Amino acid sequence: MNTEVIQDQLNKKVLDSLAEFIKKPGLACSSDVWRQRGSEIPTAALMLGVNVPDHAMTFRSLCNLLQDSVTPFVVSVHAKECAAVKLLIQKVLEQLMGRGVSVDEEQEDDTALLQKTQCTISALCQWYKTVTKERRRQENKCTQVSPKRKENLAKNDLPVVVIFKDFEAFNSQVLQDFILICSRYTQELPFVFIFGIATSPSAIQHRLPHSVSSLLCIEVFHSLSCTQHLASVFDKLILNSQFPFKLSSRVIQVLVGIFLYHDFSVQNFVKGLQFSMLEHFNSQPLSVLCCQKHEALLSAKILSKQNVERIRHLPSFMRYVETQEPQEQVRLLTNDEHVKEVCQKLLKNLHTYHKNYYPILQCLHSLTSSLPKFPLGKHIRELHVSCIEKNLWETEEYDSALQLLRILAKDELVAALRSCAEILKSANTKRMQNVLQQLEDFLGRLEALQGVSSEDSSGNGVVSAKMEYQRTDLFQLQKTLLEKESRRTKRMNPFEVLRSQVIDFIDSLVREYLTPAEFQPLNEVCYYSSSGVLRQRLNVTPRTSIQAALTHPFYYLKNESLKTNTGTISSAAPDLCIVYKLHLECGRLINLYDWLEAYVTVMSAAEDQDTNSEECGKFDSLKHARFIQAVSEMEFLGFVKSTKQKTDHVARLTWGGC
Amino acid sequence: MKIHLCLTGIKTIILDCNNISQYSVFLINSALMNRRDIMSAVNPDQYSYPSVFIYGHRATGKSHVVLSIMKDLELPHASVDCVECVSSGLLFHQVLSAFFGPDAAALLPRCPSLSDFVRLYKQMSSNSPATQTRYIILDRAERMRDMDFSLLPALLRLQELVNDNVTVILLSEIVWEKFRPNTGCFEPLLFHFPDYSKGKSLVQILSWDHHPSYTPELYASYINILLGVFFSVCRDLRELRHLAVLNFSKFCEPLEKGEAKESDIHKLWKNIEPHLQRAMQTVYLREVSSVQWEQQQMDEKEATTLRVLSAHAHIELPYYSKFLLIAAYLASFNPARTDRRFFLKSHGKIRKTNFLKKHEKTSNHLLGPKPFPLDRLMAIFYSVVDSRVAPTASIFSQISSLVTLQLLSQVGHDDQLDSPKYKCSVSLDFILAISRCVCVCVRLLDLLALSLVIQSQVVRQERSLFTAVSNLHLL
Repeated sequence: MNTEVIQDQLNKKVLDSLAEFIKKPGLACSSDVWRQRGSEIPTAALMLGVNVPDHAMTFRSLCNLLQDSVTPFVVSVHAKECAAVKLLIQKVLEQLMGRGVSVDEEQEDDTALLQKTQCTISALCQWYKTVTKERRRQENKCTQVSPKRKENLAKNDLPVVVIFKDFEAFNSQVLQDFILICSRYTQELPFVFIFGIATSPSAIQHRLPHSVSSLLCIEVFHSLSCTQHLASVFDKLILNSQFPFKLSSRVIQVLVGIFLYHDFSVQNFVKGLQFSMLEHFNSQPLSVLCCQKHEALLSAKILSKQNVERIRHLPSFMRYVETQEPQEQVRLLTNDEHVKEVCQKLLKNLHTYHKNYYPILQCLHSLTSSLPKFPLGKHIRELHVSCIEKNLWETEEYDSALQLLRILAKDELVAALRSCAEILKSANTKRMQNVLQQLEDFLGRLEALQGVSSEDSSGNGVVSAKMEYQRTDLFQLQKTLLEKESRRTKRMNPFEVLRSQVIDFIDSLVREYLTPAEFQPLNEVCYYSSSGVLRQRLNVTPRTSIQAALTHPFYYLKNESLKTNTGTISSAAPDLCIVYKLHLECGRLINLYDWLEAYVTVMSAAEDQDTNSEECGKFDSLKHARFIQAVSEMEFLGFVKSTKQKTDHVARLTWGGC
Repeated sequence: MKIHLCLTGIKTIILDCNNISQYSVFLINSALMNRRDIMSAVNPDQYSYPSVFIYGHRATGKSHVVLSIMKDLELPHASVDCVECVSSGLLFHQVLSAFFGPDAAALLPRCPSLSDFVRLYKQMSSNSPATQTRYIILDRAERMRDMDFSLLPALLRLQELVNDNVTVILLSEIVWEKFRPNTGCFEPLLFHFPDYSKGKSLVQILSWDHHPSYTPELYASYINILLGVFFSVCRDLRELRHLAVLNFSKFCEPLEKGEAKESDIHKLWKNIEPHLQRAMQTVYLREVSSVQWEQQQMDEKEATTLRVLSAHAHIELPYYSKFLLIAAYLASFNPARTDRRFFLKSHGKIRKTNFLKKHEKTSNHLLGPKPFPLDRLMAIFYSVVDSRVAPTASIFSQISSLVTLQLLSQVGHDDQLDSPKYKCSVSLDFILAISRCVCVCVRLLDLLALSLVIQSQVVRQERSLFTAVSNLHLL
């Protein structure tokens, strides 16, 4: 339902972040500053961070943007395609000249001729000259009215942008040669390079010697770091009452954990989000109610009997029923129509809960994010997770945060409250407007305090100045200090009174609005909570699943005869499983003959019981063949390999065992 | 008559190429032209010497001198950069099209061999016989050695082969001894372009591109100051020119503000000196682009530190990647025998005396990283990470992504499936920085420290080695 929306949003986000930043190289390459330095090739080192999967999209939008706004001559090359200089040049020429054909149809013959000639930059030069001439002629034809623009065009030719998508992966010799060649032609061909660098700018120095890097005029650009990127995605997609689909705290922890611990890839994060959405709509039948408010109300009216029954079994609904009057309880459990009505009411409540929840959450975050040591977390996602997980006000962290807030200086407090007011202005429910009113009231009173408090402090100053004249011995000092202390506790100045009022007010807001989502009736409709499934699906463990399949074939095959106790080896299991279990008992080198014997023993265990066979030493050729096949399958799976240390032995490649 | 013409030609060259060492201009001119004069004086049909080899360090004006002679005397020449010639066919193509026009070059077959080239050249030159010597100039000739092995000997004797008045000029940074193919090759005429001397030529050359709005004398004094600072570390003309252009605006600042006159050299020196000192740290690095440098100079206060490329050396990595990298480093620089001692809790007692074998006592940092199998990496990884980690696919994909980022490198090019080997290719400083931001557990720091203690005595050795090396450099 809203996957597309999410995708769009993310794309837009990326484009927005890029747009401002591409303008810079775009401007720079058209300005004359670059041109002054003869053979230096303007180069943008684009720091993208180590999240390589995200880069493709960035480059795609970069290409589009450059083509739309700066120059049609944009080439992007990938290290894999360019193992040699020749291939790199060929790639560049192909992309450029191919594009030239698509730009104007008449030139087709010309370019075809050029393709036949040799693949060199000088050929490219020729082509570029003809193309620009053609362009200029067309421009002159079209825009004879604006001579100024013509001048502009004549002065700075359209640059040829070459984007090296993965700079680290390029062969350094290839890069050096390419740069050397290009620098010979900078006068005729205005090259601009863009290096997509994943690690750090020093990679350029590692890759290129001085003789080459001195030909470049490098400027470093930093793209949005992936954590910031994640924060903005999180803000847009999860901390937003607009989308009815929500994630439970556990699921968020799994997704963020994958991001932080494993790949730093925002795209994978969004994929995880999409996956959990699919999973939610697939596994939870009541997710029909997970949509915009009026649609949800409509579908609540026409709930099927089965779904009503499902609602009754929801833990949150049961909890809700328990809080009702006995009479009401009976009605809820028997009357379907009544359930539907109550359901509509509860859905409305849920929606208003969300609408109030997010502004207050943001307010609390803006208040606490400036506190030392971040008692409630640095990022809003941490605060969000702890809010929907449990009662925030029962945690120690919350207490310490409030204590820190109670000693805030006045200007800090005012600033924090101002930012809260800003946040609340964008929220448009009635209750939030009320809260805003109260907040502004507090702000006004704080402002009004200005004069009073300054007088007060000056009074204090006089007293302390007087004290300085007295001779101080230790006892005296202690006494005065104690006195001071007691006076402070006794008589708070009006600012302190007001401050504690403000903090109490905030506390009451938190207690009212930031209740955990689990306590909301019908939360299961919107919240996806099976984190175990998600972890299993997204953070796959191929080795453990192979081992599970081999040790417990029942887990995958679901054949009753395969159910075994853990210690034993059943002969009914597939050959591979038997061979695997037997090999676990061996050391690093496995004697094939012993292995075969053990295998045959297991296989014939069942038969032995009824037919007391006499030929134990002789193996049936069928079993032998099955054994050989199983061993070669083991080799294929990478558990054993043949070794040259000992004949008729194989080496184990895994350690640890089951 | 002809000699006279040539001499005036030389004069014009000298006037034109004032920013080149005049010394080398004379050298090359006298060499080339003498021969030419002699030849032309005796007989216009006389052939010039078949091949000339010119060598000298980078930025000593080799190509510039040769090319400007060619241009000013309007001699027929083909100038080819060997870097560009990924195949010998390209070289032939360029030479032919320079001498006989693109139509002649188009006659070359698809993958031309040397004999094709010779045949076509003969054919063309018989149609349009040379009135003057034709010159083929091959820049960066050291690349020729990687091409077809018969190409270089053939080009050295090209005159004999094509029976035309043609001279091949090879330009290189390497001495001829490194080129000489096997026996029987033609010995070219050798010329050496020596480095510029500080006193005369460098100052002269650098002063040539003075700013139009200031007097040449001021610029010359600026160059003197610049050379005084940089000459001890940098003699590359190109780099010096770059530095001169970069810092000149700063030098002129007091003049523009009216705080000093052109004659106040001392005052100007005081002003520019700290800037040059700072620029000194980044000689050769080109860490900031020239545009950025100028911007920095504009809005610079004394306190602002230089924002340079190496300042961003820190790389943000996912949590487990950091641990993988640390584990890789430990695996790479510690002998495998010591793993038991470092990573097992109950490792038992090891006799201290011969714990390390003799060859292991030399620094592992001097020997460089050693390859290690994947299994060992994972074992160390599991013992380094404090929490229990499932061997998920993403852990293994992180290893391969570290390889593509060139923080690890895979040893053995064939695609090994069963036991791939890796090397860690990052420095100790990098690892220390990473472990500092990861380390919540003290154990890991201990481990790193332990592995360092073993190497500590060797570090001392290293240091003495370094000083020895630097002493050698000074000598």
